[in-house]
Amino acid sequence: MSSSKKGLGSILFGPVFDNNPIALQMLGICSALAVTTKMDKSLTMCLAVIAVTAVSSAAISAIRSFIPGSIRIIVQMTIIASMVIIVDQVLKAFVYDVSKELSVFVGLIITNCIVMGRAEGFAMSNNVRDSFVDGVGNGLGYSVVLMAVAFFRELFGSWSLFGYQLVSDEFKREFTQGLMLQSPSAFFLIGAFIWVLRTAKPAQIEKA
Amino acid sequence: MLKLIGKFIRGQHDWAEGFFHKGGKLERLYPLYEAHDTFLFTPGETTKGSTHVRDAIDLKRMMSIVVVALIPCIFMALYNTGFQANLIYATALEKMQEQQGASFDLEAAKQTLRLTPPEDATTSDYLVRLVTGNKSLPNWRMLVLDYFDFDWTDAGTFSGNFLSPGHLLKSLLHGALFFFPVWFVGLAAGGLCEAFFAIVRRHEINEGFLVTSTLFPLTLPADIPLWQVALGIIFGVVVGKEIFGGTGKNFLNPALTARAFLYFNNAPYISGDNVWTAVDGYSGATGLGALAVKGTGGDVAATLGSLQGSVAGQVIDKPLYWWDAFVGNMHGSMGETSTLACLIGAVILIASGIGSWRIMAGTVIGMAGFSFLLSQVSTDTAIYAATPLWHLVLGGFAFGAVFMATDPVSASMTETGKWIYGFLIGFMTVVVRALNPGYAEGIMLAILFANCCAPLIDYFVVQANISRRLARNAA
Repeated sequence: MSSSKKGLGSILFGPVFDNNPIALQMLGICSALAVTTKMDKSLTMCLAVIAVTAVSSAAISAIRSFIPGSIRIIVQMTIIASMVIIVDQVLKAFVYDVSKELSVFVGLIITNCIVMGRAEGFAMSNNVRDSFVDGVGNGLGYSVVLMAVAFFRELFGSWSLFGYQLVSDEFKREFTQGLMLQSPSAFFLIGAFIWVLRTAKPAQIEKA
Repeated sequence: MLKLIGKFIRGQHDWAEGFFHKGGKLERLYPLYEAHDTFLFTPGETTKGSTHVRDAIDLKRMMSIVVVALIPCIFMALYNTGFQANLIYATALEKMQEQQGASFDLEAAKQTLRLTPPEDATTSDYLVRLVTGNKSLPNWRMLVLDYFDFDWTDAGTFSGNFLSPGHLLKSLLHGALFFFPVWFVGLAAGGLCEAFFAIVRRHEINEGFLVTSTLFPLTLPADIPLWQVALGIIFGVVVGKEIFGGTGKNFLNPALTARAFLYFNNAPYISGDNVWTAVDGYSGATGLGALAVKGTGGDVAATLGSLQGSVAGQVIDKPLYWWDAFVGNMHGSMGETSTLACLIGAVILIASGIGSWRIMAGTVIGMAGFSFLLSQVSTDTAIYAATPLWHLVLGGFAFGAVFMATDPVSASMTETGKWIYGFLIGFMTVVVRALNPGYAEGIMLAILFANCCAPLIDYFVVQANISRRLARNAA
C-alpha cells in the first residue's frame, strides 16, 4: 500500500464514509450492539476506541521493521492490550460511573477487529504519522456509526439525549419503543445506515 | 344501472390512462394507476410469446381466495371480540346487583365499569385514546353503543349462549368498532409504503399486500393503539418484504414480522393478562397463560375450568372448556380464537390448491408428537400435561398453521421440505409454549424460525434428491 501518495486528509476522512469500518468492512459490530443504548456511553466508547486505534497503530508502525513476521500478531496483540488497559484505568480513574456501565466492553476493545485490522493492514507497512492518522480516521468512522445508532436508540428507547429527557413522563410511558433498548435494534439501525450510505454512494454496493 | 356505472368508470380510466404512460405527466405514478386498474377490471393484456406455464390461477386470484378463506375468521374476530366484551360487562353488572341488592344504582355501576363516558369528555380525549391506547381516557366506542341503546343488564342472554342469534348483532357491532379501525389503519399505512416502494422501484403494486393487511389485524388484541398498528405494518412491509425486493422475494412472512415487531417493541400492549378482552380494566389469564403457571399440577381441564378474571373489583368466573376453545368462545387476539373458523379456511385453501395440506399436516403432527411426549412427563406445570387436542384449540395454533405457515413465499418449496418445515413449526410451538417460561404462546416465533430455515430445508431436500438419482444412475 503506497499511502505516502495519499494525502493526510484522505487517510483521515476516507474511513468515515468512503471506507467505513462498520458499514463497508463489517468490523467491530459486536460493540456497536452492546454500548449504544445511551449516547454518553457510546461517546466514551468511541473516544476509547479512537485512542486505542491511533496510539497502538502508531506504536506498531514505529517498531514495524523489528517485528518478526512469524510472531507479529502476538506482538500487535500485546501492544493493543497494553493500550486498552491504560484506557480502562484512565476511565476508572476519571469517569467511574460510565466505566462501570461500559463494564467489560472497554476490555473487549482488544478483540475489536478494527484495531487489529488497522494494525495488520496499515500500520505494518506505513510510517508512524500516517498510521496514527489512519487510526484516528478509522476510529472516527466507527464513531460516526456508533453515535448515529446511539442517537436513535436513546431517542426512541428512552426519549432522551445524553441523559436529558426530552418529553413528559406520560408521553414516554406510552411511546417507549422497547425494541430500541434491546440489541437487535442496533442491527436494524446499522442496516438502515448501510442502506442510506449505499444509496448515496452506489460504488459501495457489492456485486450480487 | 351497474353496467352504466362500470362504463362510466372505465371511461374515466381510459381518459386518465394517458397521463400515466411513458411520456405522460404522471409517468412515475404509473404503479398507482396500474394497481387501481387491475383491481377494478380484468386486464386486457395477454401473453405475447409462448408461455412456460399455463394456469388459470394468477397471483390476484390466489390472493383473493386467501382473503375469502379468511372470511370465517374475520366474522369470528368481529363476533367474538364483541361477545367477550358484552359478556364481561353483563356478568359484572349482574354481580354488582347481587352484591348491592336494593341499593343498586345502574347508572353508578355503569360508570364504575366505564360504560358511560364522563360528561366533560371531549372529542380530543376520544381521539387520543384511539391513537395512544391510553385506557384511562374515555372510550369513544361507548358513544356509538349508547346511540344504539345497548343494554347489558341481562347477563343470562349472553352467558352460555355463544353464537345464539339473540345477541348476534350486538356482538358483531361491538366487535366491528374494534376490528375495523385497526384494519383500515393497517391498510392505509402499509398501502402507502407499498405504493411508495412501487413508485421508486418502478414495479407494480402487488396484491400480496391485501392478504398481509388482512392477516395482520387478526393477530392483534382488540384494543391495540393505532399508532402501533401503523408502525408494525410499516416495519412488516419494509423490513419483512420490500428490502428483499418485494412480494415473492421475502423470506419472512410480512404479517408475522409486523406482529413480532410489536410483540418485542410494545410488549405491554400485546402480552400479559390485561389486553385480551376489549373491556377497560379487565384482567384475566389466557388459557395458555394459565397453563404455564408453575404449580398448577397435571390437570388441564380443572385448571382451565377454574379460570377467573376481574374487572372493577368484581371477580368473574370465566371457565374455559374444550368445545368453547374449539368454537372460539375465549379471549385472545381478534382472529385467532376460533379453531373452527380456521378449519373452514383450511378446507377452502386446500380445496383450491393454494394452501399446502402437507405443511398443515406436518405442523399438526409436529405439535401432536411433541406435546404427547411431554404429556408423558409429569411435572408441576399443567402445560406439560396438555394433550395435543388442547394445544390444537388454545392460542393461535390453528390460525398460524392454516394461514401463516402456508404462505407460499416464505415456506419450503419442495414437497418433502414442506413436511419437514411443518413438523418444525409444530415442534417449536410446543417447545416455546411448554419449555420456555418467558412466552406463553409460541406459534408466531415458531413460524418465523421455520421461515428462516425453509431455504436450508429445501437445499438439503434437493441435494438428497440429486445424490439419490446419481446413485441410481451409477448402478
